[in-house]
Amino acid sequence: MAERNGGGAQKGTFKVKAGLAEMLKGGVIMDVVTPEHARLAQDAGACAVMALERVPADIRKEGGVARMSDPGLIKSIEAAVTIPVMAKCRIGHFVEARVLEALGVDYIDESEVLTPADEENHIDKWPFTVPFVCGCRDLGEALRRIAEGAAMIRTKGEAGTGNVVEAVRHARAVNAGIRKLQGLNRAELVQEAKRIGAPVELLEECQRLCRLPVVNFAAGGIATPADAALMMQLGVDGVFVGSGIFKSEDPLRRAKAIVAATTYHDRPDIIAEASEGLGEAMRGLEIPALSEDQLLAQRGW
Amino acid sequence: MSASNGTRPLIGVLALQGAFAEHERALEAAGARTRLVRLREDLDELDGLVIPGGESTTMTMLMQRMGLYDSVREAVRGGLPTLGTCAGMIILAERITDGLPDQPGFGILDIAVRRNGYGRQVDSFEADLDLTGDERPFPGVFIRAPIVEDTGSTEVIVRRDGEPVGVRQGSVMALAFHPELSGDLRLHEEFVRLVRKGNN
Repeated sequence: MAERNGGGAQKGTFKVKAGLAEMLKGGVIMDVVTPEHARLAQDAGACAVMALERVPADIRKEGGVARMSDPGLIKSIEAAVTIPVMAKCRIGHFVEARVLEALGVDYIDESEVLTPADEENHIDKWPFTVPFVCGCRDLGEALRRIAEGAAMIRTKGEAGTGNVVEAVRHARAVNAGIRKLQGLNRAELVQEAKRIGAPVELLEECQRLCRLPVVNFAAGGIATPADAALMMQLGVDGVFVGSGIFKSEDPLRRAKAIVAATTYHDRPDIIAEASEGLGEAMRGLEIPALSEDQLLAQRGW
Repeated sequence: MSASNGTRPLIGVLALQGAFAEHERALEAAGARTRLVRLREDLDELDGLVIPGGESTTMTMLMQRMGLYDSVREAVRGGLPTLGTCAGMIILAERITDGLPDQPGFGILDIAVRRNGYGRQVDSFEADLDLTGDERPFPGVFIRAPIVEDTGSTEVIVRRDGEPVGVRQGSVMALAFHPELSGDLRLHEEFVRLVRKGNN
C-alpha cells in the first residue's frame, strides 16, 4: 500500500511500481540459480535477473511441488549484482509474496511455473509495496491481473520448453484483443468486457492507448537471439529468458547475443552477427508431445 | 551543428534500453523533433541528446559493444547539450559509488553519485520537488534512484527538502528522477531552451 514517510515521500504508489517496469523496457531479464549466474547475466547486459532454485526446464524434468526459492539464495543473488532482482512466488500464495517483499526483491513474479497454491484466487496485489508481474495468454487474462494490482504483464508462453510457439500465440492474442476494441462504442465495450471477463474501465484504457496500460514483456520458450527479436517485433516491450541461456552450450555468448538482438530487433544484419557460432541452443520440446498436466500455461485463469 | 534558430531542434534519445519512448513524447510536446540513437551515424546533425533512465550497466555495455561509447562521450564533451535522467545521470557523472568496479562513466559532470542510493525498489517513491526560480512544486518520480553525494562545481537546479536532485553544468543537465513519467513538461521545456541557446 502506498505509504507516507518523512519528507512527504510516497512509496509503493502504482506510478513507482509501473515505473520500474518502464525502466526495464528494451531489456532482457534472465533466470539465474546462483550468484555466479547472476554476475554472468549482469556482465552480458541483462537489465534484471530472476532468482530461482531451478530453471523451468529442470522443474519440468524433476517434477514435484515447485515453491518459492530459499531466502538465503535470494539474498546471495541480491548481494552479487547491482541490477534489479526478481523472484517467483506461487499463484495465490500471498505469504510467499510477503516473504519476498521482506527480502527486498525488486519485483515479484506470481508465476505459473511454480505449483499454484490457490486454484480460485490470485494474490490481491494492491496492498503490497513491492510491484508484481503476472503471466497472461490473452487480453482478458492480462486485464484481470492488472485489476488485481499487477504493474507489469508478460506472456506465459510455455516455460522450460525452448519453444517460442506459445509466447507468439499469447502475444498475438493480446494484440488481437486490443485491436478488436478499436471502433467499439460504449455498449459494445461493456459486452466485450463481459465476454473476456475483465473490467470495462481497463478495456476503455486499452482502447484509448491502443496498448496495455502497463509494460508487457514476452516470456516462455525464448531460446535464440532471433526468438527475442521476433517477440520484440510482435510489439512486446522486452523479454524474459529462462532456461534458454543456462541450458545452452555457451551461456555468456548466448546471453550477450540475446541482449543485442533485443535492442537491434529491427536490424537483421546485427542479429545475424550476434547469432554466429553460439554453439548449441537448449534442446527444446515439442508442445503437442506434452501431456495436459505438463502444460504450465494452463495454470492460472 | 544544424540550424535550430526558430525551427524545432533535433534531439537524439539514446535508445539502447530503458524509458526512451517517454522522453521522445515529452520532447516533442516541448517543441523538439526527436531521433532514436542506436548507431554511431544516428548522432550526426543532432542539436541535443537525452540519455534516459534504464539500467546504466546495460546501456554502458551496449554502447561499448556497438562502438558508440567513445562517440557519445566525445559528442557530449564537445558541447552537445545533453540531459541525463537517473541512469543517464550516473553515466554522465565523474564519480560513481556502488557501481560495478569496472563500470566506466563518461566523467563529464563534476558530481559524485551513489547508485541505488535510496535502497531497493520498495524504497522507490514520489515526492514534490523545488525547481530553482519556480514556485510551483514539480512531481518527482524516483525509481531505484541515485543519490547526489557531491555537487562539485555544478549548479543545483532541483532540490528535494533542500537536498540536490538535479544539476546543470554548462549545457549538460542531469536529474536523479524521471520527469518523463510525471506528465509535467517544465524540465523538458527547460532543456529544449538550453538546446536552442547552445546551438545559436
